[in-house]
Amino acid sequence: MSEKKKIASKGVSRRAVLKGTAAVAGVGAAAAVGGFPTVWANELKDITLRTLGLAVSNMDPFAKMASDALGFTVQQTAIDLGSIANRGITQPKSFDILEPAYLQMKFVWPTGNFQPVDANRLTEWNNISPLYTTGKIWDDSWYGDGQNPSTVQYVDSPDATGFAAAGSSDMLTCMPILHNADTLGLRPDVITRPIDSWGELLNDEFNGKTALVGFPAIGLMDAAMALEALGMATYGDKGQMTRAEIDKTIDLLIEYKKKGHFRALWTTFNESVNLMLSGEVVLQSMWSPAVTAVRAKGVPCVYQDLKEGYRSWTLGLMLPKHNQGKKLDATYDYLNWYLSGPAGTFLGRQGYYVATPDNTKKDMPAAEWDFWYEGKAATTEIRDPFGGLMEKVGAVRDGGSYRNRMGRVAVWNSVMDENEYLTDKWNEFVAA
Amino acid sequence: MAPMIERMQRYTTALQLTPLGITLLLFLIGPIVVILITSFWKFNGFMTTPDFVVKNYVKMFSSGLTLDNYLETIRIAAIVWVTTAVLGFIIAYYLVFDLLTLKSKMLLFLLCVVPFWTSGVIRMIAWIPFLGKEGVINRAFMGIGITDEPLEFLLFSEFAVIMSYVHVFTLFMVAPLFNTMAKIDPALIEAARDNGAKGWQILLHVIIPLCKPGIAIGSIFVISLTLSDFTAVRLLSGANVGTVALSISNTIGSLNFAYASANSLFLLIVLLLIVGGIMRIVDVRKQL
Repeated sequence: MSEKKKIASKGVSRRAVLKGTAAVAGVGAAAAVGGFPTVWANELKDITLRTLGLAVSNMDPFAKMASDALGFTVQQTAIDLGSIANRGITQPKSFDILEPAYLQMKFVWPTGNFQPVDANRLTEWNNISPLYTTGKIWDDSWYGDGQNPSTVQYVDSPDATGFAAAGSSDMLTCMPILHNADTLGLRPDVITRPIDSWGELLNDEFNGKTALVGFPAIGLMDAAMALEALGMATYGDKGQMTRAEIDKTIDLLIEYKKKGHFRALWTTFNESVNLMLSGEVVLQSMWSPAVTAVRAKGVPCVYQDLKEGYRSWTLGLMLPKHNQGKKLDATYDYLNWYLSGPAGTFLGRQGYYVATPDNTKKDMPAAEWDFWYEGKAATTEIRDPFGGLMEKVGAVRDGGSYRNRMGRVAVWNSVMDENEYLTDKWNEFVAA
Repeated sequence: MAPMIERMQRYTTALQLTPLGITLLLFLIGPIVVILITSFWKFNGFMTTPDFVVKNYVKMFSSGLTLDNYLETIRIAAIVWVTTAVLGFIIAYYLVFDLLTLKSKMLLFLLCVVPFWTSGVIRMIAWIPFLGKEGVINRAFMGIGITDEPLEFLLFSEFAVIMSYVHVFTLFMVAPLFNTMAKIDPALIEAARDNGAKGWQILLHVIIPLCKPGIAIGSIFVISLTLSDFTAVRLLSGANVGTVALSISNTIGSLNFAYASANSLFLLIVLLLIVGGIMRIVDVRKQL
C-alpha cells in the first residue's frame, strides 16, 4: 500500500522573469525572491530534480517554493517509508534525490547505489546541528539508545560499506534535513487524569483502546519504552535488542494482546489520525503532526510529554550515483537552499525541526520561533505553512520546547542487528 | 498442396498465439522466475545478496508460524468461500429463474456490477466508518437500545475482514453462476417437473449439477483473491490477524526479499494445488 501522489511544480514565474530580462537581472531577481544566489540559474533552468520521500517534506507548495527560489524545477513524489528504502535499493535511477529515514541507512547505503555528499560543497555545513556531527545538541542532551544519527552520518570512502566515526570525514552518507521526536498522543476528553509515563500504553484501563506502530522495529521500541517504564523488562539498548530481549518483549506483548489490548497496528500517518478521530483509540504512539491533524478536525488531542523521554527520528537527502554533472550542481544548489532558512521556516510551521536551527531562527518571525522552538505561549496566531490557523494566541506547544524534546531522546528509531529475527517474532505477535 | 496448407495453418496458429505468449512470458513467467531466483538469495538482516542457499525454505518449513498463518488464512478463505457461494447461488438463481424478462435480468445484473466502478480497496475502507465503535451500526444499535456498549468485534477483527471479502468477492461468484444458469435449457426443468420432481429435487438433481462449472470458476476467483490479499487484513483487522499474505508484506517491509520470495512461491504452489483440485473435480472446459 503506497499512497502515491505525484507532485510537480514548475518554476513558471521564475522562468517568465528569465525570459523577459537579461540573465544578470534574472539572477538578481532570483536572489531577491529566494534569498539565495542562484548563479547557475541560467545554465540549470532546464533541469528537473526528482525527489522521493515522505509526504511530510514532499508536497506541492514546498516544491514550488524550491523551484521559485532556485530557477529550475523541483519535482517531488511522496511515498510511504517502507517504499522509500525499497526504491533506493531496487530502482536508484528512478529519482535524483532520495529522502530516507536514518534508520534505513544500514539498508540503503551499503547497496553502493549512492555517492557520498561532499560536506565541502555544503555552504551551511558549519551551521548544522551538532546532533549530526557529535550526536548531542547540548552538552546535557541524552545520547539515546539505538542508532544515534551521528553514527551513520560519515563514511571513509565512496565505496565504504560501513560507517565512519562522527566528525571524522568530509564524506556524508546523506545531508540531514529534519528531525523530530515521537511520544504518546491521547484524547484529553476521554482520558481526564494526568498521563506522564510510557507505561500507560499497557494500562488495563485502556484495554482495547490503544494502538501500536505497525513497523516491527518501531512498534517493538514503543513496547520496550512501556515495559521498561513499568519495570516489567530491562534492556541493554532498546534500539539494539538481543534475541532474549526481543523474546521477552514479544511474549509480554502477546500476553497483553490475549487480554484484549491493542485495537490496531498502524503503518501510515493517516491511519493513526483516523484511529484517534474515530474514537477507536484514545492513547497511542503518534507523530507530532498527526496530533495536529487530529486537532485540526476539531477533536481534542494531546502530544504528551512523558518522563521517560522521546523516541526520535531524522531524515536525510541521499544522492544516487547517476546524479552527475550539471544535475549534481543543481542538486547542491538545492541542498544549500534547503539548509539556508526558508525551508526551515516552512517545515517548522508543521512542527518539524530542520537540521540548521540557527538559519531557521534567522528566517522565521521571532514570535513563531518562540512558539515552535522555545515552548513559549503564542503571542501571535500560529498558522501552518498553508495559512490554516493552528493555534490561537496564548497556546503552548505540546511537548514543550525544542530542548525539552530533542534534549531528552530516550531511543532513536533504529534497525537492529537482529532485524530478521525481530520481524519473525513480530509476525508471531500479529498471528497470536 | 495439402501438406503445405496444413503447414501454413500451423504457422498461422503459432503466429496468433505469439502476442499472448510473449505477454505471459514477460509479465507472468518472467516475474515468477525472478521470485524463484531471489528465494535462494541470502539476507543478512540488512541486505539481500545473490547466493544459492536453501536457508529461506528451511526456515519457512521449520517455523510454527508458517503453519499458524496457513491455518488462519485457509480458515478465512473457507468461510468466505462458503458464504459467497451460497449468496452467489441465491442471487444468480433469482436473476436467472425468478425474473421473467431478459431486460430485467440484464438490468439487475448490471446493477450488481456498479460497485466495481470504485476500487476494491476503497470498498474495503468504506467499511471502517460503518463498523467502528462510533460507527453507523453501533450508533444505531445503541440508539434503539439493542446494546449498551459498542460492539467491538465489528471492526479490527477477523469478522470485519471476512465481511469485506464477502462484500467485494460475492460478485465473482454471481457472474459465472449467472452465466452457467442462463445456459440451462428450460426444457430440462420442465421435463423434471413433468416427471414429478419437487422444487428441491429439481434444485438438487438438475440445477446444482449443471451449475458446477460456474461454482468452480467462481470458487477459483474467490479463493485465489482471498489467499493473496493483505489489504483488507491490514486495514480491517488493524494488522492484527496473522495471514500468509500479511506476513509476506511485513517481511517485505523489513526488506527481507529472499524470505518473502520463498513464502510467495509456496503460497503460489498452495494456490495452484487448490485450483488444480477444483479443476479435477469439475471439468470446467467441457461446460464452457
